[in-house]
Amino acid sequence: MQGELAGGGLRQARSGRSLKRAMPVWVGTLALLLPTYLWLTLAIFLPLLGMLVFSFLTKAPFGNAKPAFTFDQYLAFVRQPYLIDVAWTSLRLALVTTGLCMILGLAAAMALKQAASGRARTILFMLIILPFWTNGLIRIFSWTMVLREGGFIDMVIRAFWPGAPSIGLLYSEPAIIIGLVHGYLPYMILTCFISLLAIDDDLIDAARSLGARNYVIFGKIILPLALPGLISGAVLTFVPVIGCFMEPRILGGRVGVTMGTVIEDQFTSAFNWPRGAAFSFSMLALVLVVFALFSSVLRQGGIAREDG
Amino acid sequence: MTVRLSRRHVAGLLSASTALGMIGLPLRRAWAAETITVLNWQGYGTDEKWALQAFTKATGIAVQHDYYSSEPEMITKLRTNPGAYDVAVVNSARTQQLQAEDLLMPLDLSRIPNAVGLTPALRDNPNIHIDGKAYGCAWVWGYNAIAYRQPGIQTPDSYKIFQDPAYEGRLALLDDATNSVAIGALLTAQDMNDPKDLTAVSEQLKAMKKNLKLLWSSEDQWNKGFEAKAFDLAVYWSGASVRSRRTYKLPLGFTAPKEGAIGWFDTLGVPSSSTKAEAALAFVNYMIDPAFYVEWATKVGAPASANGSAMEKLPADDLNRTTHDPALFKSMQFMGPLPDERRQAFADLWEETKAFYAR
Repeated sequence: MQGELAGGGLRQARSGRSLKRAMPVWVGTLALLLPTYLWLTLAIFLPLLGMLVFSFLTKAPFGNAKPAFTFDQYLAFVRQPYLIDVAWTSLRLALVTTGLCMILGLAAAMALKQAASGRARTILFMLIILPFWTNGLIRIFSWTMVLREGGFIDMVIRAFWPGAPSIGLLYSEPAIIIGLVHGYLPYMILTCFISLLAIDDDLIDAARSLGARNYVIFGKIILPLALPGLISGAVLTFVPVIGCFMEPRILGGRVGVTMGTVIEDQFTSAFNWPRGAAFSFSMLALVLVVFALFSSVLRQGGIAREDG
Repeated sequence: MTVRLSRRHVAGLLSASTALGMIGLPLRRAWAAETITVLNWQGYGTDEKWALQAFTKATGIAVQHDYYSSEPEMITKLRTNPGAYDVAVVNSARTQQLQAEDLLMPLDLSRIPNAVGLTPALRDNPNIHIDGKAYGCAWVWGYNAIAYRQPGIQTPDSYKIFQDPAYEGRLALLDDATNSVAIGALLTAQDMNDPKDLTAVSEQLKAMKKNLKLLWSSEDQWNKGFEAKAFDLAVYWSGASVRSRRTYKLPLGFTAPKEGAIGWFDTLGVPSSSTKAEAALAFVNYMIDPAFYVEWATKVGAPASANGSAMEKLPADDLNRTTHDPALFKSMQFMGPLPDERRQAFADLWEETKAFYAR
């Protein structure tokens, strides 16, 4: 396996050299990157730029509306302090969901790696990828069937304990978290699994032959080496969850009010695009602040990796 | 401007094809193959398959649909897709806003034969009349009031029941700023379209927190929640209440409390950018046809028709007819147009109330 990889690397290096003679390397790099950047520019940067402009207007420039420049939309957090509570709810949901995904995701990835036989691994992998094949909305609606009073969970419990009180999780914060963890866990498993695959099994064998116990191996070898995967999984989970609105709306009932639903309301029912845009960029700022706070942790992770 | 041009255009085409027809060239199909696009909520009358088949058979005009899931979305679509739509279902409370942006054309009701049967209070409602011109044809009406589980709950006579501690965690409210503000305003005896004391409105709504289980936003969500016994008491749409009772056999009662029901009526408007106004009017005429209405109301379940003669064609004990009693209609307040600032104030109030509910 390792030899094959090394050979492949060599072959690539050699063909890279022969390419170099024909044309400069940067031409090839540019040709490979151009479609992606063109797409990113068209599909992400331009609309985002438009939204940024919107967020400084008094009203959306549609129809015969005459918008004017204002910084007012960004002051909503000051004028409507309840939004700080809402932002805290979003942040809390994102932190809890990310934390749970990290624990469950790493465990699943380790199990996946230990399933040595190729076939078992493929089947396990399929089971993880499977939810991705269905629409997210369908997944959330199926949770309503499971979590509601007299739903699937209640039916199972009552099969063993007739007359049991209803769990009735639907329309509560745990229901939102269950839906979110279910939705984002596969990302975490995949990123952790890729990190774990790169760990040389000899390291673990060496540690074991030196008398290290399982928890020491996990704490000193597996966890530090899996950290890049955990971190990229956390980023992939945290960013969408902090802006989520579908899960809180459908599973949250009365408690399902997050920055995501507030922003959605600004766009779809209040029809105040500028304020929705301002809220979105405020959330983006919050995400960046969170990453800045954690960046020292991320950097330490990097150092630990180099040491290892 | 574009309207008159297009009408002249259509008329020109018609006379040209007639002339060509006389000398034997088969160009008549050019008009017959016309397709109009209707913008509406999904599953709201205009897209009933049997009706469209009958309409196409009678007029040769094919009908396709585009949908919106909120009124702002409808407005966005009309603003951003000029020329894409020929008929739009417009809540009468939105007509003045659309007219101010030149998004609707004035309609000559005399060119809609079935309009003679329209209830005058709706046909001539100030919501849809600007400078003596009608910017929409009244189509259906209904009201929002209280739905309650039967048996178990006595017919409520006031919105106060939403704050009654006996129903802790049993209430479902409509996730809609205008409707919620209206309930708060009616509870404090204010004009529901322009309440002066918004703090009092907010207090009334916040007093429902302990009872509130969920905020619903679609009929399907309402039905599923009621069926799963997630709530026993709710704000509901009158037309939907008929469908829930008749089609889904849900055990609910529906009543307008003493503070008053929250009335609304929808119109069929023709976007000013439409180039097929003639075909659009033909469709509008079909939509207020008593024959179509009776079939829609009895087969599927519908809000009340704005066409009084259509309502009279329903059996006297018909649930839809009894729910939409004309006596109730006379004293009802209708949701009116809201200036941007007030709409924003309502939206902010509701957003703040929802955050309070979630805490």
